[in-house]
Amino acid sequence: MEKTQNNKAWFLVLPVLVVVAFSAVIPLMTVVNYSVNDTFGNNAFFWAGLEWFDEMVHSRRLHGALGRQALFSAIILAIEVPLGIFVALNMPKKGFWSSLVLVLMALPLLIPFNVVGTIWQIFGRTDIGLLGRGLKALGLDYNYTNDPLDAWITVIVMDVWHWTSLVALLCYAGLQSIPQAYYQAAKIDQASRWAVFRHIELPKMKGVLLIAVLLRFMDSFMIYTEPFVVTGGGPGNSTTFLSIDLVKMAVGQFDLGPAAAFSIMYFLVILLVSWVFYTVMTNIDRSQADIPEGM
Amino acid sequence: MRLKPSALVMLIYLLFLLVPIYWLVNMSLKTNAEITGTFSLYPHNLTLRNYRVILTDPSWYMGYVNSIIYVVMNTVISVAVALPAAYAFSRYSFMGDKHLFFWLLTNRMSPPAVFALPFFQLYSSVGLFDTHIAVALAHCLFNVPLAVWILEGFMRGVPKEIDETAYIDGYSFPRFFVRIFMPLIASGIGVAAFFCFMFSWVELLLSRTLTSVNAKPIAATMTRTVSASGMDWGVLAAAGVLTIIPGALVIWFVRNYIAKGFALGRV
Repeated sequence: MEKTQNNKAWFLVLPVLVVVAFSAVIPLMTVVNYSVNDTFGNNAFFWAGLEWFDEMVHSRRLHGALGRQALFSAIILAIEVPLGIFVALNMPKKGFWSSLVLVLMALPLLIPFNVVGTIWQIFGRTDIGLLGRGLKALGLDYNYTNDPLDAWITVIVMDVWHWTSLVALLCYAGLQSIPQAYYQAAKIDQASRWAVFRHIELPKMKGVLLIAVLLRFMDSFMIYTEPFVVTGGGPGNSTTFLSIDLVKMAVGQFDLGPAAAFSIMYFLVILLVSWVFYTVMTNIDRSQADIPEGM
Repeated sequence: MRLKPSALVMLIYLLFLLVPIYWLVNMSLKTNAEITGTFSLYPHNLTLRNYRVILTDPSWYMGYVNSIIYVVMNTVISVAVALPAAYAFSRYSFMGDKHLFFWLLTNRMSPPAVFALPFFQLYSSVGLFDTHIAVALAHCLFNVPLAVWILEGFMRGVPKEIDETAYIDGYSFPRFFVRIFMPLIASGIGVAAFFCFMFSWVELLLSRTLTSVNAKPIAATMTRTVSASGMDWGVLAAAGVLTIIPGALVIWFVRNYIAKGFALGRV
C-alpha cells in the first residue's frame, strides 16, 4: 500500500513511546550504569570501566551457560520444527474437528510458564508421576533430580510439549492459504506426496516457517521459568541456562556489576538476532506484496 | 483413504499434549493420602477439598484476583496506546518509522531476566513496588510492541479509500477512528487484546520480582506455598488447573486467528 508522507504521525506514536520508554529505556539505562560501576551499597558508585565486561567475557561460568543455552536451542529447533510441520500436514482442514483440534493444540500455549513447570515436575516424579512411574515400571533408571541426562530429556520433552503447537499452528495457517486448484493440478500430473510437499506446500509455508523458527529460537534463548521450576538449574549446573544464571547472579548473589555486564552482552546477542529477523520478515512482506492474493 | 493415518497422527499428538494436563486434573481431585499412598490412574475417592481450600482461603484466591487485575490493566493500556501507533505505522511514512518499528520489536525479544533487577529498583524508587499498576506497566515491555505489530497487520488489510472517503464526508480524525475504523478492525483488536491477556497471564519472572504481598500473582503464590508448607500436592494441582481455565475459556473465540496473532499479524 502506498503510504502518505506525514511527520505529524509522530503524535500518534507518542503514547507508545512514553510507555515503552518508562518500561524499557529507563531500566536499560540502569543496567548500563551498573555495568560500568562498582558499588559497595549505600548508593556509592565507583567507576569500573570495562572491568566487568572483561571479567564476564572470560568467565568460565558464562561460557558454560552460553554453551548449554546454544545446545538447548539447537535441539529444540531440530525437534520442534520438523514435528510441527508434520503435525500441521496431518491436521483436519475444516469443520468441527478442525476447530476442536486447534483449540486443544493451543491449550499448552496458554498455561502459565510455572504451571507448565509444575505439571512436568509432577508428571516426571518417580513416586507420584505417570511418566516417572511408567518409565520405572519399564525398568528404566529414570530420575531427573539426580541424573543430568534425564534432567535434559525432561526439560526438552517439556518444551516440545509446550511449544510444538505454535510451529504447527503457524504452518497450518500457511497451508490453509494454498488454493485447492494447486492440489488438483498436482494430482493430474501424478505428483508424489513428497513432490507435493516439496514444491507446493513448503514454498507456501516459507514465510510463516521463518517466523516460527525465529520465535522459537528467541523464546528458547531466554527460557527461564519452566526449567527453573522443574530442575532449579540442576543437578549441579547441568540445566542452568543463560536467564537462570543471570537471575542467580543478579537477585541471588546481588553481583550487580557482573550481572549488568552479562545482561548487556545477552541483550546485544538478542538485538543482533532480532535485526536478522526483522530484515528477513520485511523482505518476505515485500515479496508477498507482489502477489495480489495471499492471506 | 488418506484420512486414516493422519487421524492417527493427530490422535497420538493430542494424547501427548493432553495426558500431562489430565494427570494434573486427576491429582487435583484426589486426597493427598491417595496421591502419595496409592498409584491410581483416576481418583478413587473423588474430592473437591483441594478446590475448596483455594476458594475459601484469601491468601490463595487473592492471588487470582491480583493476577486478573494487573492482566486487565495491562491489556487496556497496551491496546489503548497501540491503536493510534499501529494506525500511524500502517498509513503514514514518517521520519524514523522503520527504526522505531524495529526498536519496538527488540523489546518483544528482550529477555525479561535482563529487566528484572532494574524494574525492581525503578518501581521501588517511585513507590510503585507491590502495586498492580507496576506489574501492568512492566508487562507493557513486551505487550505494547506485540499489540502494535498485530494491529498493524490487521489495519493494512483495510483499504485506504475508506479513510479518504470518511475525511471527504467531513469526519474528524477521532470521530472517524472510533466510529468507522475501530469497528472495521474489531477482530484485530480482539486478537491483540487476547494476546496481551495471554502473555501477561503466563509471565511469572517480572510479576514475581515486582510484588511481595498486596499484588502477588497466583503463579507466585503457587511456588511459595510449595516450599513453605511441605507438599500439599492436591492443592498445588488444583491451583494449576484453575490457572489453565481462563485461557481455555477465551481461546474458543479467537481460534481462527491464533496463528495470525503468533505470527505478529503477518500470516
